[in-house]
Amino acid sequence: MSGHSNYVPKTAIERWLDVRLPIVRLAYDSAIDYPTPKNLNYWWTFGGILAFCLVTQILTGVVLAMHYVPNADLAFNSVEHIMRDVNYGWLIRYIHANGASMFFLAVYIHMGRGLYYGSYKAPREVLWLLGCVIYLLMMATAFMGYVLPWGQMSYYGAVVITSLFGAIPYIGNAITTWLWGGFAVGNDTLNRFFSLHYLLPFMIAGVVGLHIWALHVPGNNNPTGVSVKSKADTVPFHPYYTVKDGFAIIVFMILFAYFVFYAPNALAHAENYVPANPLQTPAHIVPEWYFLPFYAMLRAVPNKLLGVITMFGAIALLFVTPWLDTSKIRSMRYRPMTRWFFFAFIVVTLALGWCGSKEPADVVIRLGTAPDGSATGISVTTFSQFLAVYYYAYFLVVLPLLGFTEKPLTPPETISTPVLSHGSIAMPAGAAAQAEKKG
Amino acid sequence: MSMACKAPKKAPWASVGSLFPVKAAVVAAAAATLALGSTVASATEPLEPKDVHWSFEGPFGTFDQAALQRGYKVYAEICSACHSMNLLSYRNLAQKDGPFYNPKYPNPNESPYAKAIAADIKVPDIDPDTGDPTTRPAIPADHFKNPWANEAAARASNGGALPPDLSVITKAREGGPAYVYSLITGYIDPPAGLTVPDGKYYNPYFAGNLAASWSGPINKVPPGGFIGMPFQLYPDRVTFDDGTKATTEQEAHDVVTFLTWASDPKQIERKQTGFAVMIYLFLFAIIVYLSYRRIWRNIDH
Repeated sequence: MSGHSNYVPKTAIERWLDVRLPIVRLAYDSAIDYPTPKNLNYWWTFGGILAFCLVTQILTGVVLAMHYVPNADLAFNSVEHIMRDVNYGWLIRYIHANGASMFFLAVYIHMGRGLYYGSYKAPREVLWLLGCVIYLLMMATAFMGYVLPWGQMSYYGAVVITSLFGAIPYIGNAITTWLWGGFAVGNDTLNRFFSLHYLLPFMIAGVVGLHIWALHVPGNNNPTGVSVKSKADTVPFHPYYTVKDGFAIIVFMILFAYFVFYAPNALAHAENYVPANPLQTPAHIVPEWYFLPFYAMLRAVPNKLLGVITMFGAIALLFVTPWLDTSKIRSMRYRPMTRWFFFAFIVVTLALGWCGSKEPADVVIRLGTAPDGSATGISVTTFSQFLAVYYYAYFLVVLPLLGFTEKPLTPPETISTPVLSHGSIAMPAGAAAQAEKKG
Repeated sequence: MSMACKAPKKAPWASVGSLFPVKAAVVAAAAATLALGSTVASATEPLEPKDVHWSFEGPFGTFDQAALQRGYKVYAEICSACHSMNLLSYRNLAQKDGPFYNPKYPNPNESPYAKAIAADIKVPDIDPDTGDPTTRPAIPADHFKNPWANEAAARASNGGALPPDLSVITKAREGGPAYVYSLITGYIDPPAGLTVPDGKYYNPYFAGNLAASWSGPINKVPPGGFIGMPFQLYPDRVTFDDGTKATTEQEAHDVVTFLTWASDPKQIERKQTGFAVMIYLFLFAIIVYLSYRRIWRNIDH
């Protein structure tokens, strides 16, 4: 997509096409010849895994939409109809439902990799921002998709999330009514959510195109964070990374298949197999696991508006991360202090997720016993507040300050240096080129 | 198994105003005591479901067809008096992995078993000549007959509680088959000090909070809740055609097997497909890994 092209059209039709629409050149430059750092580890395979997830979701989703009925009276039964009467409908629907979880699992690892190896830093800020946009679109898509089966959790999830907008001063209620298409979550809400749930994935696909474009201009970051200096640092994308990503995708598919075939409802809530009933609020309203850390932050703040701001702020921080991190060193391999703060950040985020799945008043650390025999102590709400403070501090204090105070280790001169000093047999400079020919 | 009393009823607009519709009060309480941590009674969790073993458990489990047939009989003779199964048709009974599947009749609509079961049941219809409501014998394509004309009729006959539809019941309850089994076998006499409301029954496996009806020590509130359905599965309430002794446990085991099948009738096909998929993926992964090693063998990285 950028830089010098090594594509040489070999056939007459390729030559004819190349001067009219160089689409084969584009494909060759971005998927075959694209120079990729040779030291990418398995954390880098999640980009390919995410592409696989997006394609899977769109393909299964298109088929589901052929059988699904977006009507408040019929939606629940139409989903069960898909599971019972459509040929392999159970398979398609379980792939789609668990695919959402797999998609988020992969995207969180992908984002964590970016945070650890400093992939958001210059010159990849736009790449990172586009990734944040994709993540936002994914959250909107997943939320609206979860509403479609019109079970109890669908319905009350829609009620809770849409009424978040009611916290906006003055115009909040008007926005909520506008989102609902009425004065309560109902058939009109379901219809528009279905429409948008079908639309957004194609917007995601579009932004993914931009994301890949923005990747291919500066090229991949790598575990050392050191920029590519020469051709000896890279290998062509095909076959080296097609086979490595391919292997990772298949391993990921094994995990995916485990959930689809053996635990298809393990990541969902039993309550969502109860048809939506506006007159009967379920005892526990819990979002899907991938929203739990943000849900915990929302609940950690007693004031509704501040809670909403805290929740959306946690995502907004990702957008400004490239400008919060003041360190010149990309990879945390060479940032001995920051990396521990990063690991703590991961633990804190997981703990926030755990808090999101618990009742706000549950006791995390038991300090005493109430007269009725139940535990007293630090509640989930209090615990979430501490965790949320750390989450914010990681971006607003740790990343800006440690860039100045930390004494980083010295990264290698080039990507090839640590490889060659690793103790393995040093290779002549031309070895990579030879392997290309053989490969 | 009336679960309508599980949660307080609320108008939808009542919950819209609050961010946490159900937990508004709890959140408020938590917020009030935030600085010191908080205490909230959760003393009346229901009992953990019993540990039951099922033929359909595990990646290679299959449905015990005799148990499915007995379970259907329990449903048809006991449960179906109050509980609908709107998502099932009589033809489903004779489909692959179903209670009355027979390889001789691959098309369940042509199965004599499905036809015979359906023919015994009168379903409502419209007389095409007069337009008047009428009834006719069911055919395999008909949905299971709903015992109630409408929800109001169901509630009126059950003290205001609505017997839930059982089509997906084992998927729709936390704990699944073990929970349903525990609930329908788990009735015990209410402990002294517990005031059971009229038309309700004490069940230690049912979700609820009994603190308000409990006059005993505050730290000894019994587990469970009040349910609108009385105990049903008396021994010998059905006579099994295969001579199996109809104990409470047997009836419960069989009807839960049937309900588990009904909730997810494709689960055996799903797990068997999964096994083939897994073998394929493992072999594929090995081959691609070897290719990876071979392609990268000359790259130091």
